[in-house]
Amino acid sequence: MSIVTQNFSRNKYFNWAVKNLFSSWVNTIMTIIAVIFVYEIGSFFLNWSIFSADFKTNFEGEIITDRTLCSKNIVPGEYGACWAIIYARWDQFMYGLYPVEETWRVNLTYALLPFAIIGILFDKLPFRKLFIYFTFIFPFIAYFLLYGGPGLSTVGTNKWGGLLVTLFLGVTGIGLAFPLSILLALGRRSKMPIIKSLCVVFIEFIRGVPLITLLFTANVMLPLFLPDGVNPDNLLRALVAVTLFQSAYMAEAIRGGLQAIPKGHIEAAEALGLTYWQTTRKIILPQALKIAIPPIVNTCIGLFKDTSLVLIIGLFDLLGIGRAALADMTWTKLYYEVYVFISLVFFIFCFGMSRYSLYLEKKLKTDNS
Amino acid sequence: MQTNFIRKIIFDEKSRALLIQTLVIGLFAVFIYLIAQQTAYNLEKRGISSGFDFLNISAGYDISIRLIPFSSEDTHLRAYFVGLLNTLMIAVCGCILATILGFLVGIIRLSSNWLFRNIAYVYVEFTRNVPVLLQIILYYSILLNLPKIKQAFVIFDTFYLTNRGLFSPSPIFKEGFSIVFWSFIFAIFFSILIKRFLKKKQEQTGKQYPIFLINSAIIIFTPILFFYVMGMPLEFDSPVLKGFNFKGGMVIRPEFLGMLFGLSIYTAAFISETVRSGIISVSKGQREASQALGLKSSFVMRLIIIPQALRVIIPPLTSQYLNLTKNSSLGIAIGYADLVHGFGGISLNQTGRAIEIMLIVMLTYLSISLTISLFMNLYNKSVQFKGNA
Repeated sequence: MSIVTQNFSRNKYFNWAVKNLFSSWVNTIMTIIAVIFVYEIGSFFLNWSIFSADFKTNFEGEIITDRTLCSKNIVPGEYGACWAIIYARWDQFMYGLYPVEETWRVNLTYALLPFAIIGILFDKLPFRKLFIYFTFIFPFIAYFLLYGGPGLSTVGTNKWGGLLVTLFLGVTGIGLAFPLSILLALGRRSKMPIIKSLCVVFIEFIRGVPLITLLFTANVMLPLFLPDGVNPDNLLRALVAVTLFQSAYMAEAIRGGLQAIPKGHIEAAEALGLTYWQTTRKIILPQALKIAIPPIVNTCIGLFKDTSLVLIIGLFDLLGIGRAALADMTWTKLYYEVYVFISLVFFIFCFGMSRYSLYLEKKLKTDNS
Repeated sequence: MQTNFIRKIIFDEKSRALLIQTLVIGLFAVFIYLIAQQTAYNLEKRGISSGFDFLNISAGYDISIRLIPFSSEDTHLRAYFVGLLNTLMIAVCGCILATILGFLVGIIRLSSNWLFRNIAYVYVEFTRNVPVLLQIILYYSILLNLPKIKQAFVIFDTFYLTNRGLFSPSPIFKEGFSIVFWSFIFAIFFSILIKRFLKKKQEQTGKQYPIFLINSAIIIFTPILFFYVMGMPLEFDSPVLKGFNFKGGMVIRPEFLGMLFGLSIYTAAFISETVRSGIISVSKGQREASQALGLKSSFVMRLIIIPQALRVIIPPLTSQYLNLTKNSSLGIAIGYADLVHGFGGISLNQTGRAIEIMLIVMLTYLSISLTISLFMNLYNKSVQFKGNA
């Protein structure tokens, strides 16, 4: 008898299953319910998205050029997804209305982007200094490639769209907001009452109103604020709103980091005769930013998701392009395909960022102990 | 003398701070002045008048989703209140639903069952990494693809789920219902008094009273008693299919449902994370100690774990409520007539008073945010640790 139990208890998987799935009657019933639930949802979704879905061609092998050729619109009872809309609109999803013969410029920018970011993300990277230098040059390269300049034809931002606009607003917004947010966070902790109250009012105002009202304001009122000759285009107006918005949230994240620095560090630095800016630059910020990175990444995830709001002011980001595709009579009514595809793109970016944030939290924990 | 003065400004901390602040405020004033002047010039050039007199002009558009009567002859000011009420309605409903769903998912994430735990995990990761706007639009298009009125889903023979919304019976309050309502309010106050009295007695004598049972009986049975005494002054008007539409009853529109699902499913994912971390934060020793004292497991949760977890949960929960309220402004994407859609969108286009309208909308959201933070801070104070300082 005891031998039998021992044999069972040696089996790692069996033990695991007993502990996590069948520890009690209630637990067993829960497991059965969960299995049925997962099976039903999973099989439906897999069937819809893969097994009975059309990709480029329908069930007869015909290439799908409009929605009436989708299997589900021909065969009664068929419900599989019709991914042909994604193939047909792929260029728009990636580049918007960017001229087809110039899309290599966008592709090149996409390809260079990871190299510009990687230096900031990982501190033990070989040749990290080179990557950091590249980070600072990258905005100019990207501007030259995307907008045009000597040797390259100009492509107006009204032609930009899809992932290009989403990434542009996300990356540029974060990049511009970062220095601004450091100043705001320092200002909020400043001993000078006027500077402090200006920063507090700015941060709390921006955090108290929805992004959509800021986008509206930038869209409608920026032209009113500026002299005649200066008329920023729609994308730039959205960028202003997004940057201000992000800087307020990031400033709060950084303030959290600043508050975590023991006062003794500042006093010690002052006792050594360092000036305010020396103390800030060499003692406080390096420590505070390190602590603040996980919450900063969280605000970045938030901002990346919020870039989808620009569709409301008439820009064509990923979601805007998706809605435009659905408004086209040849593809209309394929909502789920389009929205699931866009969700997947956002999910990949945001989930990636949240994993990075977790990785950092773990790394910082081991450093401290 | 001259150099001394300059030296003092540069090297004395106080006078330097004064100088910097004067400079900053001067620059700020110049900046504001330039913008104001430019704006005035631009407005004049484009022939846009300014002022708040437009609030009394009739709006000229209709709002389909409304809590108070509104027609196209009513003023913009009334349109503002219709929008404000719609915003508040979706925010309150969304917060309640998101809290229930979030607590549920947060507790499931700590379940001992591996499958339950991971289903909740997948839900959290998939909903919080997809933009809320996209989710609202997705749920809205699912709701629009429900069967037409003629083939409506019928739930319990009383609710009809169609692509034009959820049709449900509407209550008709007859004479005497207000007495039932007031008896309910009275019962709540009375039960609070009883709770205080019994708590005091428990502290004096050490004897436990079934406070919860007594109070629920009072709160449930008093209104029922009055309901029968007053001769059942409540009837329901059920929707009946007539021709191409339902007659009678009331309808919850797909715009509202889409917003509600989008906002609460998205926010619940964040709330579940704060609930989870709150419960984890209560140290294991607390649970073990209370079990060692012989407390029932339901008491352990109610008296030991949750009061301590709430201290950790409330501050992030507040910011989730604030986020949900701010995200309710996305109704414009699916045509939910909230503040931004009606007043901030259509009224703005009709009157052209961009500055005034955006100012009002922003100040409204600011005051809503501040009110929520105020109440949540008060609540937070009541759950925080009260020690002998």
